[in-house]
Amino acid sequence: MTRSRSHPRSHPRPAGTVPRLLALPAALGIALLVLPLVALFVRADWATVPAAITSPEARQALGLSLRTGLAATAVCLVLGVPLALVIARARPRVAAVVRALVTVPLVLPPMVGGVALLYLLGRTGLVGRYLDLAFGVRIPFTTTAVVLAQAFVALPFLVIAVEGALRTAGTRYETVAATLGASRGLTFRRITLPLVLPGLVAGTVLCFARALGEFGATALFAGNAPGVTRTMPLAIYTAFNGAGVSQDSAVALSLLLVVVAVVILVLVRGWRPDRERGSGSGGTAGGTAGGTAGVAA
Amino acid sequence: MRHDAGTPPGAAVSVRAVVRRGAFVLDVVLEVRPGEVLAVLGPNGSGKSTLLAVLAGLLVPDLGRVEVRGRVLTSAGEPAPAAPVLVPPADRAVGLLGQDPLLFPHLTAARNIAFGPLAAGTPRRGAEAQAAGWLDAVGLASHADRRPAQLSGGQQQRVALARALAARPDVLLLDEPMASLDVRTAPEMRDLLRAQLAAHRTTTVLVTHDVLDAVVLADRVAVLEDGHLVDVGPTARVLAAPRNPFVADLAGVNLVVGTADGGAVRAPDGRRFVGVEGTDSPPLPDGAPVAAVFRPAAVVVQTAEPHGASPRNVWRASVIGLEAAPTGVRLRTTGDPEVLVDLTPAAVAELGLVPGADVWLSVKASEVGLHRR
Repeated sequence: MTRSRSHPRSHPRPAGTVPRLLALPAALGIALLVLPLVALFVRADWATVPAAITSPEARQALGLSLRTGLAATAVCLVLGVPLALVIARARPRVAAVVRALVTVPLVLPPMVGGVALLYLLGRTGLVGRYLDLAFGVRIPFTTTAVVLAQAFVALPFLVIAVEGALRTAGTRYETVAATLGASRGLTFRRITLPLVLPGLVAGTVLCFARALGEFGATALFAGNAPGVTRTMPLAIYTAFNGAGVSQDSAVALSLLLVVVAVVILVLVRGWRPDRERGSGSGGTAGGTAGGTAGVAA
Repeated sequence: MRHDAGTPPGAAVSVRAVVRRGAFVLDVVLEVRPGEVLAVLGPNGSGKSTLLAVLAGLLVPDLGRVEVRGRVLTSAGEPAPAAPVLVPPADRAVGLLGQDPLLFPHLTAARNIAFGPLAAGTPRRGAEAQAAGWLDAVGLASHADRRPAQLSGGQQQRVALARALAARPDVLLLDEPMASLDVRTAPEMRDLLRAQLAAHRTTTVLVTHDVLDAVVLADRVAVLEDGHLVDVGPTARVLAAPRNPFVADLAGVNLVVGTADGGAVRAPDGRRFVGVEGTDSPPLPDGAPVAAVFRPAAVVVQTAEPHGASPRNVWRASVIGLEAAPTGVRLRTTGDPEVLVDLTPAAVAELGLVPGADVWLSVKASEVGLHRR
C-alpha cells in the first residue's frame, strides 16, 4: 500500500514520449492558430471599437446572426438528433452510406452549398418553382434562406457528435429499459437522451458556432441585405471591402465575434454533467466532439 | 435424457427453441413451474445465453415457441397457420439481470428502481414509495440518493436486483448474476437472491456455471451441453449423482441436502453433518432447508472405527464402487445421498478396498460448508 502510494509521487508525470524533432512543427501549428487572432487584437483601433460595435448596423447584424443562428440550431436539433439515432442504430452498411451523405456538406466548400441550394429552392429551382407557383413562396434572399443555409452547413456537426455519443452509449441500457417494461418513446426520453447529453451539448455548441460563422452559402443563397440577410460575417465582409464603413469597423466586428465564440466556449466548459456523474461516457462523448472540431478546423 | 420429475403441471414458462448458428445448434425443450427457480448449468458455448435471449425476446429462434403463463410470447417457424409472434421485450413481463448491473448512470439508486413501476404507469409518488421499500429489502435504504458510480459493485448488483423485481416480472432471468462479484460480496448477493426469490415466489431461470448458485438457489437443475439438455431434475439429484461428465467435473463435490439440526445438516438417511456456515449469518433455525458441501478429497477412509475427537463427522458405510478419477481413485459409498471419496491408488491398495467392503468415513467439520437454501 505504502509503496504504491509513494510510487506516483516520485514520478509526478509520465516520461515524455514526443520526439524532439516534432516540437518545432507543433509550435508552428499553435502559432498558425493563435497569431492571426493576436494580430487582430493589435490592429484594432481601441478608441473606435466601442462606437463600431454599438453602431446600429453592428447591432442589427449581431441580432440577426443570433436569431438566425439559434433558429438554424433548433432546426438542426429537430432533424439531426433523429438522424443521428437512425445512423447509430442502422446496420453497418446502411449507416456507412448515410454517414457519408451527412459528411458531404462538411467537405464541400460552403459556396457550392449556396449554389446548390439556389438550384433547389430558387425561383426556377427544382422545388422552388413549384413553391412559387403553388404558394407564392420565394425563399432565396430572405431570412429563411439564411437559416436554411446555416442549417445546411451546421447539421453535419450535430449529427456526427450525437451519433458518436449514441454509438458509445450502445444499446445495453435501452435493452434493460425494455425488459423493465418501458416503451421505445419512454426509453428514448428517459434513458437514451440523458446518456448522450454531453455529446448532444457539444454537438449543439459546434452547430451553433458553425451557423454563426456561416458566410459562403449565405452570401450566394440569401444575399447581403441589411437587416434581412446581412449576418455578422457578411457585415464584416462588407465593412472590410469599404462599402460605406471603414476597415476599423470590420476589425471591431471581428473582435465581437471572437468574444461571442469565447463566451460560448467558457459557458460550455462550466457546464459538464459528466463531472458529477464521474463516469467515462461523458469524456468519450467530449472526445467525439473534439474529433469533429478537428474535422471542422 | 430423462425427466425424472415428469412434465411439471401448470408450467409458468414453457420453451421450445431451435437456433442454428453455423455448426452450433441449440435445441431445447424446457418448462418451469410457477414460483420455481430453475438453474441452467452448462459450460461456455453450451447455448445458455442464447436460451436466455430467446426467453427475453432479444432473439427469434429459427423454430420455437415461448409461453409464459399461457401467453404466447414468441412463436416462429411452426407449421401452424398462425403468423409468427414476437412480443417485444417491453411487453413480455420478462425481467433480466446479468452479471453487469447496468444501472442507468444518470439516475439515483431510488430512481433506477422506480423506473419499472413508472414505465408501468404507477404515479410518481407510488413508484418512489415502492423504490424505498425495495431499497430497504436489499439493505440499501440509506443509499437511495446515490448515483451508481458512488456504489460498490456489490451494492450496484443489489440495486439492479431490486430494479428487476420492482418491475414485477412474470419470469426473472438471471444470467450469471454473481459472476462479476468478488469472493466476499458474492455470498451476500447469493443469500439476498435466495431470500428475495423465496419471499416473492418469483419464477426464475438462472444461468450459471457455479454449482454453489444452483445449490443455494435452484429447485431444479437443467444441464445444457453443446446446445442440448443432457439432464433435468431436482438440484440434489442432478448434482449429487451427476449423469454426465460435465456436471461431475463441475460439481466434483459431495452435496447433502437436508434440514438444519442444531447447526448441522440432517441428511435424508438420518446422518448428521456438522459444518461451518458463511460469515455473519444468523444461526440456522432447526428444520430450515440446508445443504452441506464438501470435497471428496476431504473424506478420510478407515477400516476400523476411528478414535480421537478431532473429526466430528464419522459414519459407517460400504463401498459401492471404484472408478478412475483425475486425482487417483474415486470411491462411491452407500447412504442417502451417496458420498464420494477421492483416494490415491496406494491408499486403496493398502486399505484393501473392494466393492462391498465396510469402511468408516470421517470428515472434519471445518471442511464442510453449510448453505441455506
